[in-house]
Amino acid sequence: MMADSAFIQPPPATRVKKNDSLMRRQRFYGWLMGSPAFFGLILFIFVPFVMALILSFTDQRLLSPNPTEGVGLRNYDRLLAVSWLTQDAQRDEQSKLVLDEKGEPQFERLRKVLRQDPSYKGYSELSAITFSDSRVVLLAKDPIFIKSFINTIKFAFLVIPLQCGAALLLALLVNMGLKGTNFFRTAYFAPVVTSMVVVSIVWTFLYHKDIGLINEFLSSVSFGLIDKINWLGDPAWSMPAIVIMSAWQGAGYQMLIFLAGLQNISEDLYEAASLDGANSWQKFVNVTLPGLRNTTIFVIISTTIAAFGLFTQVDVMTSGGPADSTSTVMYHAVRKGFREQDIGYGSTISVVYFLVILAIAMGQKYYFDKREK
Amino acid sequence: MKNTSAMVDPTLIYKRLLTYAALLLLAYIFLFPLIFMIMSSFKPEQQIFTDLFSLRALLPVGDISLKNYISVFEKSAIETMFVNSMFITGATVLLGLLVNSLAAFSLSRLRWKGQKFVLASIIALLIIPFEAISVPLLMLVAHLPWIGWENGQIILENSWLNSLHVQILPMVANTFSIFLFYQFFRDIPKDFDEAAAIDGATPWQIYWKVIVPMSGPVFATVAILQFLNMWNQYLWPIMVVQGESVRPLQPGIQQFFGTTTEWGEIMAYASMVTIPVLVVFLLFQKKFVRSMASAGVKG
Repeated sequence: MMADSAFIQPPPATRVKKNDSLMRRQRFYGWLMGSPAFFGLILFIFVPFVMALILSFTDQRLLSPNPTEGVGLRNYDRLLAVSWLTQDAQRDEQSKLVLDEKGEPQFERLRKVLRQDPSYKGYSELSAITFSDSRVVLLAKDPIFIKSFINTIKFAFLVIPLQCGAALLLALLVNMGLKGTNFFRTAYFAPVVTSMVVVSIVWTFLYHKDIGLINEFLSSVSFGLIDKINWLGDPAWSMPAIVIMSAWQGAGYQMLIFLAGLQNISEDLYEAASLDGANSWQKFVNVTLPGLRNTTIFVIISTTIAAFGLFTQVDVMTSGGPADSTSTVMYHAVRKGFREQDIGYGSTISVVYFLVILAIAMGQKYYFDKREK
Repeated sequence: MKNTSAMVDPTLIYKRLLTYAALLLLAYIFLFPLIFMIMSSFKPEQQIFTDLFSLRALLPVGDISLKNYISVFEKSAIETMFVNSMFITGATVLLGLLVNSLAAFSLSRLRWKGQKFVLASIIALLIIPFEAISVPLLMLVAHLPWIGWENGQIILENSWLNSLHVQILPMVANTFSIFLFYQFFRDIPKDFDEAAAIDGATPWQIYWKVIVPMSGPVFATVAILQFLNMWNQYLWPIMVVQGESVRPLQPGIQQFFGTTTEWGEIMAYASMVTIPVLVVFLLFQKKFVRSMASAGVKG
């Protein structure tokens, strides 16, 4: 009906008016249809984001009768402050080193030293390196955060090559076009749809020191040479254990992205390489890898960002232990912000965490922009 | 396929066998923990350990029963948590499909002032991971008001904590979903809308009758991603839910894992958490794979 009137008698004046009303209608509907999502994004992402920035300068607690006060940079100081001191080993009257039963030199109790000097107020030991008769003690106001930060970086550095490498291998194998490819692709992808909580629980069983299958497997392939590893109970092995499991869970996803990348490489390039007499390895190095360059960068960046959010595996398997060896930035944020209900401090960790993610993303953008030129 | 004529080449057959061996070994590594979990859930504790180091660990042999499952139902409120998870996941996915596709429609197919700014803001928000805002979001929802319903009376609640809606509403509007919808809608030719507009259709009608019917694939992609994301959600529920009445499955199994030492029961619980997703995955396998790949590439 409206179409009729618009088509049959369109006097110029009304036409302009109609366009005008059309624009107004688009504006009205534009806001109306978008508003539920815009409202949600503002309330549940933007507002909390701004809150994190503001709360990080306060002593806000989740539920507290006391009014909130601004504390300036105190939270950031508590989070990031590091220092160090040197200690000389204790000597007796003949200035001979005092050794303990194990023959180790003795040092004055650190707690006492820190208490005596007001400039070390709030610090505690992060780690210590002993040289024959003196030692350097690294101090931090929140040693667990510093450890968590280092652990997170360690996790990222271990999981990225393992997971991306495994994903590339899977994608190459699946992409060979053999019969049954579909089954294999499904098999490799199955852990991705399994929840991280379930994966962590099942792997806790597999990692068990005495009854775990992984130790049993290692011992049988090495004819008993490899001793039983206390995977989740030994600070040296707990993080590698989480790395292996996380790579196992996530590799199938990156395999799909690599597969998409592989399918974008033109067949002509391979044919041209064949004509030039290249073997499979040379084709892989000279055609496949350069063709996957952007895919690889994308996969590495997204794995890095995901790696910095490491939380669930730690919470289920180790609770950050043993000896804080698996505590991560996110785990510490939840420990402070939620479990200890110290919202101000938890927000500070969130802000630092966000800045790290932002830096990674900016690095990515910078890298891509440079490549474009 | 490439070398049909060379099928007889013995080195090729040798290579192919080697490839299959690698594929199978990897399939074993990737499937073993899951099959082991499901098979163990039917076995008594003692048998799990005796079967452990043989192929029997992967087979439903020996004393097979549903005893572990029955004990899980006796010992925990898994049925409540199952319903909670279904409700939270279902509601978030449905609301998310509607709200995010509407926003993407508004951004890609209508013209209004401020549109570019809104679009740029949404892309900027994409970079904020949920983990970075979870602590202040907890603070926020702890102080948001809500109109509740109790014993036939309307009551005003002053916090969203320990509720179902606190697990649903903050997750509905999703920048990445909007982004996926936006990209898809943008590529639909404008002629369709214009023809409909000339026929006097309102934008709402264009959305519902023209765009939605043409956008099956992107709706499937967003639904699948959100379904997985919500079903497997862990961090947010542990922060906002204390009681069992509104707790979903993932924190549920974590709690069960912490209080039980019976591995058969833990595996039964884990299987019940996992099997619904695995079934959906196997049914829609092709769609799943395509969705995840396209989302990954676009992201």
